[in-house]
Amino acid sequence: MKAGLKRSNAPIFWSLFGAGGMFSALFGPVLVFITGIAVPLSLMLPSETMSYPKMLAFAQNFIGKGFILAVISLFLWFAAHRIFHSLHEIGIHAGLGAKLICYGSAFVATVVSAVVLLGLGF
Amino acid sequence: MPDSQRIIEIEVLRYNPESDKEPHLEVYKVPFSDDMSVLQGAQYIKDHFDGSLTFRWSCRMAICGSCGMMINGIPKLSCETFLRDYFPNRIRIEAMANFPIEKDLVVDLSGFIEKLESIQPYIIPREPRSLDQGEYIQSPEQFNAYIQFTSCINCTLCYAACPQFGLNPDFIGPAAIALLHRYNMDSRDGAAAERMELVAAEEGVFNCSAVGYCSEVCPKHVDPANAVNINKTNAAKDYFLRFLSPKGGSK
Amino acid sequence: MSKRRPYVRSMDGWWKKNPFYVEYMIHESTALFVAAYAFTLLVGLVRLGQGEVAWNGWLEAMKSPLSLICHVVFLLAIMYHTYTWFKIMPITLPPIIVGGKKVGPEVITGSGLLAAVVASVFMLGLVWRIAQ
Repeated sequence: MKAGLKRSNAPIFWSLFGAGGMFSALFGPVLVFITGIAVPLSLMLPSETMSYPKMLAFAQNFIGKGFILAVISLFLWFAAHRIFHSLHEIGIHAGLGAKLICYGSAFVATVVSAVVLLGLGF
Repeated sequence: MPDSQRIIEIEVLRYNPESDKEPHLEVYKVPFSDDMSVLQGAQYIKDHFDGSLTFRWSCRMAICGSCGMMINGIPKLSCETFLRDYFPNRIRIEAMANFPIEKDLVVDLSGFIEKLESIQPYIIPREPRSLDQGEYIQSPEQFNAYIQFTSCINCTLCYAACPQFGLNPDFIGPAAIALLHRYNMDSRDGAAAERMELVAAEEGVFNCSAVGYCSEVCPKHVDPANAVNINKTNAAKDYFLRFLSPKGGSK
Repeated sequence: MSKRRPYVRSMDGWWKKNPFYVEYMIHESTALFVAAYAFTLLVGLVRLGQGEVAWNGWLEAMKSPLSLICHVVFLLAIMYHTYTWFKIMPITLPPIIVGGKKVGPEVITGSGLLAAVVASVFMLGLVWRIAQ
């Protein structure tokens, strides 16, 4: 066995990537359709589907909170991981800087989502 | 016969470390017959045009794994690739991608050999066993768990297909990890935890981004991408559960 | 003295050299659209936290032609992500043995895509129920 092997911390990011990739593969298209196309155009779904009282109630519900957090956070952890690797692949080996921007924005977005969701109460 | 003789243009990436600053392409007009492989085309060039053309070959039947090259940009064994399939177009042959070129079509495989050694490619028995205890018994299910990964012929086409290896030559890479997996999956072997140190290291499986081209080009259907990715899951489990398990994974 | 002088080729533009790599880069780049959509939702969530007026402003913005065009693009890109995610799945999973035989890659990909369809119909149905 080679000497001086250092354990990679990739499993943390890879697990979040995998969870986000799976979650966005299963629910990404339908969510884009609902929030970005169907509701704005009142297509299949009435426009009050996402009215303030309805969305507030959803964001105050435990399951609702978890779902919103999972969507925003996991989608971004997934994307951050892929974008970071793609930068390396096209020859931008920005190292720590690229890492901070990619994973940092996913982290900040996770914190912001969590703070807002907690602030909305239960 | 000479009238009907077809001639194919073979463009070869030449590099002579003693005289060339960098590799360059040279074109040869090679008469060929239907049964001629790309390897035979290279041999024709060596015999008739330039005896200094350097390439590796041995068995001519896709089992020794030494004649791999880039054929029109695709990693292939030149002995099982036929000139007739490219005619009348020009065919370009180059040394396997992602490896340093030693001379012409020969690449430097020393890094790969070191990697092969580093994975401990032999059975490390689960428990000591004396001769009079008899042979190891293995069920067909246990056999099937690893047999696919024994088919590797070390042709390194998978490395030529792997951009992550090209970007980071320290990456242990597809074939070596497939062989590692072969021993881990063998019911007689008990060294998976020992090999985990390498799997989980910075040189290990997480260099892979599941491009999947290694499995695509593998002439023996080993599916190295599968071996690498199964070991990502194993390494992640080891990463998170190492604090729980009393024996601990690797350090 | 050794005459060896191994030549290392540049990796610049490697992904343009093979259609397989081009497809890989395209499916990897779907992550940009997943990120853009997640940021859109994050803005929505922040606006929700700021109260009814802010939220209605966000809803209104979602009706703009630019937003609609963006979301059609997101939809196509993320659908391609879904397709490629499950297409790659056979190489990422350990062998699945059913009845003594290894399940084929097309069955794994097919099951994944079916799961995505079921998840979509379920989600749409659930939202439709809640909206009534």
